[in-house]
Amino acid sequence: MKFSARWLRQWLPVDVPIARMCEQLTNAGLEVDGVEAVAPAFSGVVVADVRAVRRHPNADKLSVCEVDSGGESVEVVCGAPNARAGLRTALATVGAKLPGGAVRAAKLRGVASHGMLCSAAELGLGTDHAGIIELDGTLFERTPRKLAPGADLRDALHLDDVCVNVDLTPNRGDCLSIRGLARELALLNDVAVEAPPLKRVPPVSETVFPVAVEDPAGCPRYLGRVIEDVDLSRPTPLWMRERLRRSGLRCIDPAVDVTNYVLLELGQPMHAFDRDQLQAGIMVRQAALDDTLTLLDGRELRFADAIAAGAPPLLITDAGGPVALAGVMGGTRSGVTAQTRNLFLECAFFAPSAVAAAARRYGLGTDAAHRYERGVDFALPFDAMERATQLLLDIAGGRAGPVTNATSEANLPRRAPLRLRKARLDALVGEELPADRVRQIFQRLELKPKGRGEGAAHVWTVTPPSHRFDLAIEEDLVEEVLRVHGYNAVASRLPPAPLPLGRVPAEQVAQERLADLLVDLGYAEAVTYSFVAAERMRALAPGATPLAVRNPVSRDHAVMRTNLLPGLLDALGNNLARQARRVRLFEIGQCFPGEPADADAATDASAAERAGPPAQRVLCGGVLFGARDEHSWAHDGAATDFFDAKGDVQRLLALGGREAVFAPADDQVFHPGQAAAVRLGADRVGRVGRLHPRLEAALGLPAGVFVFELRLDAVLALRPRRHGVVSRQPAVRRDLALVLARNVPAARLEQVACSALGEVLTRFELFDLYTGQGVAEGEKSVAVSLTLQHPSRTLAAADIDRLVQRALDAFRAELGARLR
Amino acid sequence: MGQDGARPRDAAHTDRAAPAEVERAGLSAVAEAANERALDAVRVRYLGKKGAITALLKGLREVPAAERPAAGAQVNALKQRLQEAVDARLAEFRAEGLRQALAAEAVDVTLPGRRRPGGSLHPVTQTARRIADIFVAAGYEVVSGPEIEDDYHNFQALNIVADHPARAMHDTLYLDNGLLLRTHTSPVQIRVLEERPPPIRVICPGRVYRKDDMDASHSPMFHQVEGLVVDEGIAFADLKGTVVEFVRRFFERDLAVRFRPSYFPFTEPSAEVDVQCVHCAGDGCQACGRSGWTEVMGCGMVHPNVLRMVNVDPERFTGFAFGFGVDRFATLFFAIDDMRLLFENDLRFLAQFA
Repeated sequence: MKFSARWLRQWLPVDVPIARMCEQLTNAGLEVDGVEAVAPAFSGVVVADVRAVRRHPNADKLSVCEVDSGGESVEVVCGAPNARAGLRTALATVGAKLPGGAVRAAKLRGVASHGMLCSAAELGLGTDHAGIIELDGTLFERTPRKLAPGADLRDALHLDDVCVNVDLTPNRGDCLSIRGLARELALLNDVAVEAPPLKRVPPVSETVFPVAVEDPAGCPRYLGRVIEDVDLSRPTPLWMRERLRRSGLRCIDPAVDVTNYVLLELGQPMHAFDRDQLQAGIMVRQAALDDTLTLLDGRELRFADAIAAGAPPLLITDAGGPVALAGVMGGTRSGVTAQTRNLFLECAFFAPSAVAAAARRYGLGTDAAHRYERGVDFALPFDAMERATQLLLDIAGGRAGPVTNATSEANLPRRAPLRLRKARLDALVGEELPADRVRQIFQRLELKPKGRGEGAAHVWTVTPPSHRFDLAIEEDLVEEVLRVHGYNAVASRLPPAPLPLGRVPAEQVAQERLADLLVDLGYAEAVTYSFVAAERMRALAPGATPLAVRNPVSRDHAVMRTNLLPGLLDALGNNLARQARRVRLFEIGQCFPGEPADADAATDASAAERAGPPAQRVLCGGVLFGARDEHSWAHDGAATDFFDAKGDVQRLLALGGREAVFAPADDQVFHPGQAAAVRLGADRVGRVGRLHPRLEAALGLPAGVFVFELRLDAVLALRPRRHGVVSRQPAVRRDLALVLARNVPAARLEQVACSALGEVLTRFELFDLYTGQGVAEGEKSVAVSLTLQHPSRTLAAADIDRLVQRALDAFRAELGARLR
Repeated sequence: MGQDGARPRDAAHTDRAAPAEVERAGLSAVAEAANERALDAVRVRYLGKKGAITALLKGLREVPAAERPAAGAQVNALKQRLQEAVDARLAEFRAEGLRQALAAEAVDVTLPGRRRPGGSLHPVTQTARRIADIFVAAGYEVVSGPEIEDDYHNFQALNIVADHPARAMHDTLYLDNGLLLRTHTSPVQIRVLEERPPPIRVICPGRVYRKDDMDASHSPMFHQVEGLVVDEGIAFADLKGTVVEFVRRFFERDLAVRFRPSYFPFTEPSAEVDVQCVHCAGDGCQACGRSGWTEVMGCGMVHPNVLRMVNVDPERFTGFAFGFGVDRFATLFFAIDDMRLLFENDLRFLAQFA
């Protein structure tokens, strides 16, 4: 809420400096979000009376005004349509500095002008530039005084005032008014509020408009009053216009301005209807299926959806149908216009829940709804009606009728007594607060405390006032005491606790270790959004149906990622666009497997609720692009290939002491000849490969993008480590050059060697691979080395020969391999 | 022996008076040897089996017995001097050879090393680790929870009923299936309390989501850490002490910390925590809106309704909870002026945190 500091301070008997006031509000939980000047800097502007106006001899749209600025009379050329004799306005004298520049004596079409008559906009006081500012007689109603010609305008209009913005939490609806804020400041400064005197307006006419409430739970109190023969063409006085402006509201007409003013001053939302557009009587009821309502903002509402959802909004209706969405916004049919002669004023208490649901459903966060949904003082409508009547009569004239009161006492909020145990207070605060101080705070809060019991057994019983909707339990009272006492006055301490010993998981690699290894392998960690564009996700996870965000921030954030590729590839693309040549990025993050094939059940919200959150798995992914090594004299500049990506994946899996199996994979996202599924035992835990060239092109990426993705739980699973015997016998190495069909996977050689030789084979290395000249088409030459070592005895030459022969036989029999 | 003795005898005879001459010639031959091979020839010529020195030794037989010891000592001394000269010369040749070999192997040590470029840990991760380290050292456990949540855990169990105005504080992103993206890490509180009885001391880091447009200080996805302590005798003073201590440990500075009353449906009393601006030390600057304070977290005493929801007796147990943005702490810690940088993944930005 935004308000004029000067206005608020007039409600207090003490002069609290603005900085102190802001600090007090903030420390009491009413956070001051900003303070700004109510007017930009300007000087040399004075109050002046226009004495006479004559037409400019050389210009149709200009006039020459004789202006009295306190003693001396000057001639000023002016283009404003409202320049007229007798008008009191603002004169920027020669030499004045305005927000738009300095004012100089000048000749305008041959006539000398000694200064400039100013519009509100030219002085930075709002946006009105249709004419020069009209300064009416009285300025601030509590100290009405004449503005004397010659007076400095800044002083006269109190433009040294500031506009304060408080960011109120939803529990403090009682502070959404000058009255509410004054109540808080009075409490904090130990003084009493000085409210402006309230004049009750005795009815001078008999005219009433009948009111009936069909839904008293939604509308426990509805006051109405007819005011006849108003003249809404009269201007709202400057003092009210300025207070509204300094509180961020625009002036419309006296009826709207007065209801807005009462809203700001007292916190009571009101609505003014054109009485002559209302038929028969007011009925407050829930929306029916055939109701329609065109709101003042032009939107047309129908209510079938809300009714079907079991939440029919509360409407103000007459014999012709709805005229307002209760507590939110009025309708056009009964709206006040310049021609309105007779008003019907509404001043009601609507139940917070009745307004909140409608305001949210229709996205109407109006000032009225904002207050009603937080709770408006239900005792306030009587005073607010009198206040509004009085202000309206002062401005627009008219004759007020009696107030019609439809109140259902049974449905008004109840203010049940609450208790606060001193022992509980002290336990929750962590130190003892003096009982006298607590009692004093409760009194200031209008809680009418009653105490009984001695010492720590003391208990206060309090009853919250009608303006507090947030005091329901004992802890609420603890907060009230504490916030007035001061949060910062409470001593700090650290909680005492036993010293449980830490848990060090034996079957888990720390995630930090994994991230650190990736960093050491040269990857930079990326953090990308969990929601991505739908078409991007579809391209990178064909076949999956990702979870859609119903109200996404933008199209680029429309679905939940099912894997890490969209974010990583996006990051790659951005870096390449910024001239990166070699990229290694990784991310560890939750991914969300899409809907099951039969998504019907999942569209039912309650079914989804019952089922709980869907599976969310954490993946660890990486992308590699560019040269294998950094660009250097020391490297050959070779490009990254599949085996760089695979090697890194092997390093990661080795953290847990696990040997993965890589098998060719049929993965649409990958190059068909450079894609592998990663398996640990029977478990498919990830994949690695080159992005399909079709996708590289579609995503605007250059050729040669490699990607891997692993399930985090699999990577972090640690194989239990047990000591195995290390043989002390000498090991023998035999190298073999083999020729075999090119399509035999290399991994088969090791498998065959292992099964043929058993534990004697302690190491198998594939150290050379050759195709080309000297090797037949369709064949490859492979060099492998076998390290043989017996656990308990030295292998004799004959043993070794026999073992090698056994391996060769197996290679031949199972893989068709022969010695080269 | 006789045959063998014939020539030396001649030689000995010839050189009988010439050991000094042999020495002079030998030393000068050693000095003149141009390389190891020439030196070896000199060695053979003088010290070899048929060398001059050997001949001198053999010639001793001719010397009268009385003179023989003196003459023998003289020749042996000569032999030793010559041998030493040869050895010294040889050492010179070897040293020179090594020097040349080493010179040939010299490299330009100013050339860049053959290194594997290192990567970097994201500043948000580094910050989250820093935060976790501080709390883990105090016996807190790190727990995590799902990012896709249900209404119950994200709102209802936290005392935020439907149509509660507080829901407007959380512009929630909903999924088509009726679930939502958690708006805070507080639902993990509930999941922890559902699983185990007090005493509880946990922190829950993770991603959270709000329907916010991206700008210098907002992002529709960011990171939070939620802390929760529930035990007997936990008071507001404990919350204050924990938060103040954490802030000072994190920034490693004695920053002023201010608690302001605030409102969260799941805590009562509730507080916002302001920290003295790390940029201007409280003098007021652009970063803190000239207030000298930076708002860093929300916290409070766990609302009794929340404890009741998870069957914890609020009369026996009390607790506090706090929550704050990791990204916010990261931007403060690393003096990052625009939150968008955290999600652009520009390698040049990330490399600064290596």
